Amino acid sequence: MSDWRDDIFAVFQDHDIRQVYHVPDAGHSRLIEACQTSNSIRTLALTTEEEGIAIAAGAWLGGQRSALLMQSSGVGNTINLMGLTKTLRFPFLTLITMRGEYGEFNSWQYPMGQGTPKVLEAMGVLLYSVDKAEEVKATVDAAARAAFNGGQAVAVLLRQKLIGIKDFGKKKA
Amino acid sequence: MTATLQRRPLVKQILAGADDNLLVIAGLGSPNWDITNAGDRPLNMPLWGAMGAPVGMGLGLALAQPTKRVLVITGDGDMLMSLGSLATVAAQQPDNLAICVLDNEKFGETGNQATHTSPRNNGPTDSGAGADLAMIAKGCGIADSAMVRDQAAIASLVKDLRSKKGPVFRLVKVMVEKLEFVMPPQDGAHLKDRFRQALLGSA
Repeated sequence: MSDWRDDIFAVFQDHDIRQVYHVPDAGHSRLIEACQTSNSIRTLALTTEEEGIAIAAGAWLGGQRSALLMQSSGVGNTINLMGLTKTLRFPFLTLITMRGEYGEFNSWQYPMGQGTPKVLEAMGVLLYSVDKAEEVKATVDAAARAAFNGGQAVAVLLRQKLIGIKDFGKKKA
Repeated sequence: MTATLQRRPLVKQILAGADDNLLVIAGLGSPNWDITNAGDRPLNMPLWGAMGAPVGMGLGLALAQPTKRVLVITGDGDMLMSLGSLATVAAQQPDNLAICVLDNEKFGETGNQATHTSPRNNGPTDSGAGADLAMIAKGCGIADSAMVRDQAAIASLVKDLRSKKGPVFRLVKVMVEKLEFVMPPQDGAHLKDRFRQALLGSA
């Protein structure tokens, strides 16, 4: 079975995603590297996650699909601008690596990690959740369909159980 | 130094003869009314909210449409809220993106309170820091960044914003004025759809 991070990259290609935004993130690092070396995807590093919403809106105005990669700790930064997905009614896809839930050792991660589903729901973002590696591909694919075919703002929560706390800080070969 | 430039005739000059190659995003408040006063058009995206978003939107659009000119017109209050986006632009170096900040040193929509671009008085103050957005843009890595405050520099300002190799950042010091609200359609989905229809042929 292929690595779930490579599965996400394959879904990005299937859905013709052309811009990917991120802040550095251990959980997403393998996917970010795949996007950086891709010929069809422009990868943008952000100073703060909310920039990703604005850039995604601009990309859609210009006819390109995009995805925002972030950690749950960055979700709070996006909430105000998340309203733009409703006001402009544009397709929006974000993949969120969860912290502050399953076996988290760092107490500072809990408030935003536990708040993440609630604040996204409050902003009208559809939530998809996955904690099994073999279900990542189908879940992200369904989320991309809801976004780009259904015109919705969709977040996929990549649960901490999936990512595994031991991986943080270490680059996987 | 008191500003002498008036934003409405200036924005009219900047947008004069705009054709299908010019894509314009304007920040909420005065810049929105300014570009609409110059003539509402489908390839204008005037924002009624989303403070801090215009530069990011301009960047995403510029990367998606590399053969078009993308012009972001916004104010000092909006720009101060998203300074990091200037570094994000610099990291990408989009050669078709120009950013014009109309700096009246005030939060115009809320009663002309001083922004941090207002001059700093002696000692601690809540009325200005003397922040120089052109220097900040340059410091973020946008090498072609300058401040404009004289009528004599307007012709080259317009040329730079419309055609010079980007990313271009221009800070224009403008007067504090009480001007009529000239409003474009408000519905965001409509503004987005008409923009995409004009640019891409389908919403």
